[in-house]
Amino acid sequence: MWTLLQIELYKIFRRPRTYIAFVAITALITIVQLGLKVDGKEYAAFVMADLSNTLQIDGKIVNGYFVCYVLLQLLLVHVPLLIALIAADMISGEANMGTLRLMLTKPIGRTQFILAKFFAACIYTILLLIWLAILALFVSMLIFGTDDMFVLKNNYAVQIESADIFWRYAGAFCFACLAMITVAALGFFLSQFAENSIGPIVATMSVIIFFTILSTMSIPIFNLIKPYLFTTHMVAWKEFFDVKVNADNETIRGTIQRPDKLINSSLILLAHIVLFVGASIYVFKKKDVLS
Amino acid sequence: MYLRKKMCSVNDVIIMKQFSKIFFCTSLFVFSFSFAVNAQDMTALVQKVKAKLDLVNDYVADGKMKTDVAFIKAPVGKIKLYFKKPNLIKIKRDNGISVLPKGGISVNMSSVIASKDYVALLSGDAVIDGIKTKIVKLLPMNENSEIILTTLYIDEPNLLIKKAVTTTKENGTYEMEFFYGQFANYGLPDKVIFAFNTKDYKMPKGITLEFDDDGKPSEKDKLKNKKGKVEITYSSYIINKGIDNNIFK
Repeated sequence: MWTLLQIELYKIFRRPRTYIAFVAITALITIVQLGLKVDGKEYAAFVMADLSNTLQIDGKIVNGYFVCYVLLQLLLVHVPLLIALIAADMISGEANMGTLRLMLTKPIGRTQFILAKFFAACIYTILLLIWLAILALFVSMLIFGTDDMFVLKNNYAVQIESADIFWRYAGAFCFACLAMITVAALGFFLSQFAENSIGPIVATMSVIIFFTILSTMSIPIFNLIKPYLFTTHMVAWKEFFDVKVNADNETIRGTIQRPDKLINSSLILLAHIVLFVGASIYVFKKKDVLS
Repeated sequence: MYLRKKMCSVNDVIIMKQFSKIFFCTSLFVFSFSFAVNAQDMTALVQKVKAKLDLVNDYVADGKMKTDVAFIKAPVGKIKLYFKKPNLIKIKRDNGISVLPKGGISVNMSSVIASKDYVALLSGDAVIDGIKTKIVKLLPMNENSEIILTTLYIDEPNLLIKKAVTTTKENGTYEMEFFYGQFANYGLPDKVIFAFNTKDYKMPKGITLEFDDDGKPSEKDKLKNKKGKVEITYSSYIINKGIDNNIFK
């Protein structure tokens, strides 16, 4: 299994396509960081405009933690598309090159084969998120420094102490890994049904875009299906940045407002991963490999 | 005989009318005089309070600040408050962001009564925390003043302001309560509670990128509370040691 995984990883990182995602993320983050470095005060004034009606907020609002939150909000919608580029190519790419049948002539079980490919896609996904974390969090901390963080919700704002933030990002990135592996599992599942990469990549992107639109529209009829869409739960990482308050409305350090929601979303995403990977194994075992 | 009686009654009426006029004028004069005396007395009292506060040219105070605004979840933070006469004030939170009511209304009374352009009128007495206080209304003489009216509750024997309610043109009404302790001699409080009106807060979902409803129903009800409160508890003061003006920039 380990050898298989190494082979798969070698194949992934040998292809130039793999690095598109890393380059794209680097470019996007750099542009946003540059923009915020130059005009960060104006951006902060814009997003804090409603609060500024009543309150005077003094301090380093545009700091590394805040910038990272802005970046994650922007990028975690688009990163799935970059993950689909690799995950949806895992089986279909082999089929396209005609190497799938050749590989299966080796004395390896199909389950083992498919799991090695899936784990390789997972490692790619995790590495992409680690790269995202390095650029969005650590580089932002270096450029903008650190301070308390203001998180703006629809009906309220949360001020989190700087000493209480880092573990939240660690949790948020772990949750993001789970969400992105769900995307990878979907792409991986769809890649079984085509003999070229374009079809499953576009299909995965389409599913994500379609579900995301349904998840974000506040129309009562869609509210019924929202809890069952994995895209609804992919954004639950934000729960790490909401804090409980005591009776005096003081934030309680080290707490999360709705841990139940976080656990529920994690379980739903995990169920999706198991479902997609299980279905992939089932389909692949039954499949008559001709390419 | 009849004519004589008639003449007498006419004279009585004239005398009565004249007496009434004199009485009315005298009363008006006495009332106006007493009113003027009262106003003058309160100006004197306010000046005495100001003179006490003027003992402090500058100070640096350490304390804890608690922000209680319905739509903000904020931690209690350590702060440093810098004050320099006449009205320079800066609150710095140790390693953090400070949230204060907008409008720059100071948490120090010196700046409220720093100006001499006001009329001070007695408005009655009130008991605050078991202490009898004089209610003094300060009306600014300058029509362009941001402050419309300030009501002070003054502990006359100790020359301490126990409470102040300030109504402004742009930023609503502020209420400050002062609790004194070891620095009462300088007119500096150990604790200040600053209450103010808040406006509605609603962020577009396009900015927050949060598309599900946040907050439980009970929390939403809490958000309807339109009164904000900032509470500062001071632990120490460093008085009249000089402060660089750059701190207030």
